[in-house]
Amino acid sequence: MRLRRPPGPLVIAIEGVTKLYKMGEETIHALCGVSLEIRRNEYLAIMGPSGSGKSTLMNMLGCLDTPTEGRYDFTGKNVATMSDDELADIRNREIGFVFQTFNLLPRSDALHNVELPLIYAGVGRSERISRAKAALESVGLGERLHHRPNELSGGQRQRVAIARALVTRPSIILADEPTGNLDSKTGVEIMTLFDQLYEQGNTIILVTHEEDIAQHARRIVRLRDGLIESDEAVRIAPPPTP
Amino acid sequence: MSRFYYEVSEAFRIAYAQIRASKLRSTLTALGVIIGIVAVTLMGTAIGGIGAGVDRSLSGFGDDLLYVSKWPWRDVQDWWNYRNRRPIRTAYAAKVNEWIEQHPESSLKRAIPAMDRGSNIVRGDYRVNNIYTLGTTADYARTNRSEMKEGRFFSEFEAQAGRRVCIVGYDVADALFPGESALGKQVRVSGVTLEVIGVAARQGSFLGLWSWDSMIALPLSTFRRSFASEDRGNLRVQIDVKRMAEAKDELRGLMRRIRQLGPEQRDDFEIMEQSAIREQLDPIKNGVALAGLFITGLALFVGAIGIMNITYVSVKERTREIGTRKALGARRRTILLQFLIEAVCICLIGGFLGLLIAAGFYKVAAIAAPNFPLVFSGGLVGVGLALSVVTGVVSGFAPAWQASKLDPVVALRYE
Repeated sequence: MRLRRPPGPLVIAIEGVTKLYKMGEETIHALCGVSLEIRRNEYLAIMGPSGSGKSTLMNMLGCLDTPTEGRYDFTGKNVATMSDDELADIRNREIGFVFQTFNLLPRSDALHNVELPLIYAGVGRSERISRAKAALESVGLGERLHHRPNELSGGQRQRVAIARALVTRPSIILADEPTGNLDSKTGVEIMTLFDQLYEQGNTIILVTHEEDIAQHARRIVRLRDGLIESDEAVRIAPPPTP
Repeated sequence: MSRFYYEVSEAFRIAYAQIRASKLRSTLTALGVIIGIVAVTLMGTAIGGIGAGVDRSLSGFGDDLLYVSKWPWRDVQDWWNYRNRRPIRTAYAAKVNEWIEQHPESSLKRAIPAMDRGSNIVRGDYRVNNIYTLGTTADYARTNRSEMKEGRFFSEFEAQAGRRVCIVGYDVADALFPGESALGKQVRVSGVTLEVIGVAARQGSFLGLWSWDSMIALPLSTFRRSFASEDRGNLRVQIDVKRMAEAKDELRGLMRRIRQLGPEQRDDFEIMEQSAIREQLDPIKNGVALAGLFITGLALFVGAIGIMNITYVSVKERTREIGTRKALGARRRTILLQFLIEAVCICLIGGFLGLLIAAGFYKVAAIAAPNFPLVFSGGLVGVGLALSVVTGVVSGFAPAWQASKLDPVVALRYE
């Protein structure tokens, strides 16, 4: 049965955000005035064809990039005017990234990969290790702590990446095409994991172009040409009739 | 603060993993630094050696001696001002000693007269030319630091009696008596037959500086009788070295009195000390050092360019990793430190190996050319390692800075 948790307080509020890129002579309007609110305990999918501004919006939400114009409040703080290092701290504490290509450190084992954000957060060694272990156990990799990425399957790698995103207990988990590099069976496993994380109280933002992945979310925001085309709740299928 | 510590230890961990993962590349890169450090260290060794050689040669002069003579040791342009000075009499020594006896609290301790010339010395078929020949008293042995290889210095009795005895330097003995002891044998010094009663221990010479090894000493009275018609020589005055300035004043006053100079008259003698020679040699030594270090520094510079190049390559290759780290919360300084520490680590490894190789060279050189003074010191090791760190920081900084400034969006998308 699919469950919709009641949304909590406001986490993200963007208002009239635009983003311009200069490509040689041409100026590209990647976002042309987007406004969006995301609350705690939401499970949101951002969809759109390539060139729709989907990636730009994701970078913006992930505090990897700042808007050209407009306002972006992250848990009440204005992110739009922050310096590189302040943004780094926000990313470290508030955002857990899951990438399409996993982006694990190839020469480090799973445990150290998960530990990494805690190093940047200044957490002590023993606490780092226990929290990283707990995160890996929560994604079902308690037995694979000392395997390197090349000793793990694609699905396991993405689980390590999810553990890494969870370990700092961030306000949001931002997943960019998390199943894009996985076969469909493993993709389903990973999406099941996201569903569980949502049910445990995490806020999840999926960026995808696949309809069936987006259908895991409870709300879908569709972008086209740098504008929000639609923003609606997913119809919840009625419980299966006996 | 703790965060900084964790970042630094993480950076060292990455550097270790990175160097291990690309051993060949790291080795080749470090090679530039190795060569640079070897060159700089060996140059430092040689420069230290020049200093030691100067010291060794100067030790024969004694640092607690003042020299009184007609001519200064330095080059003089106005030679006419010195030429007509009265000669320094060896007889002054007795007057000075008499004065010292009356003034036991004086900073002067003992005066020793000396006369010198260049002599040709013959022994059978062997011959050495233009050897520094010193006539002095038995007290000379008390001012000279050099030791005797065999035999002894002449005694006061022998000196006063004008015995025909002599002490020869190591090289002189070696040239005239190859493979045998000179002791008790006779040599002819400019036609005068003398018996060798002592051979000085080897002192080593350097850059052709004055050395005990190529000299001969005989009693002053014998010298005068055989070689000198007139009393013209010089004085060595042993002093309390802690009261150098006072001693110079005292000696100057004493000499003026002995020479009966009026208050309006200028000194007509020179008082010199060992450091006067050093002052002459130091600019030469420093010039050699500067030129040498500049040239060897170029080798290190080439090594530094290698490090810079490889760090740029490393930054390019790991652009996505940099992006990931930034996404996970690495600040600019974190990334900067990571690449700086990596460059410094390679340089330190290179520096360490370079020092080992230089130490090896040093050992070989010390066996192959024992006469050439080389000094390999702990300070040099410290300088070598410090130089490696500086090389790493300087050459790694530009690429590390570039890495730290990467836009995370661009870095994450980099293929």
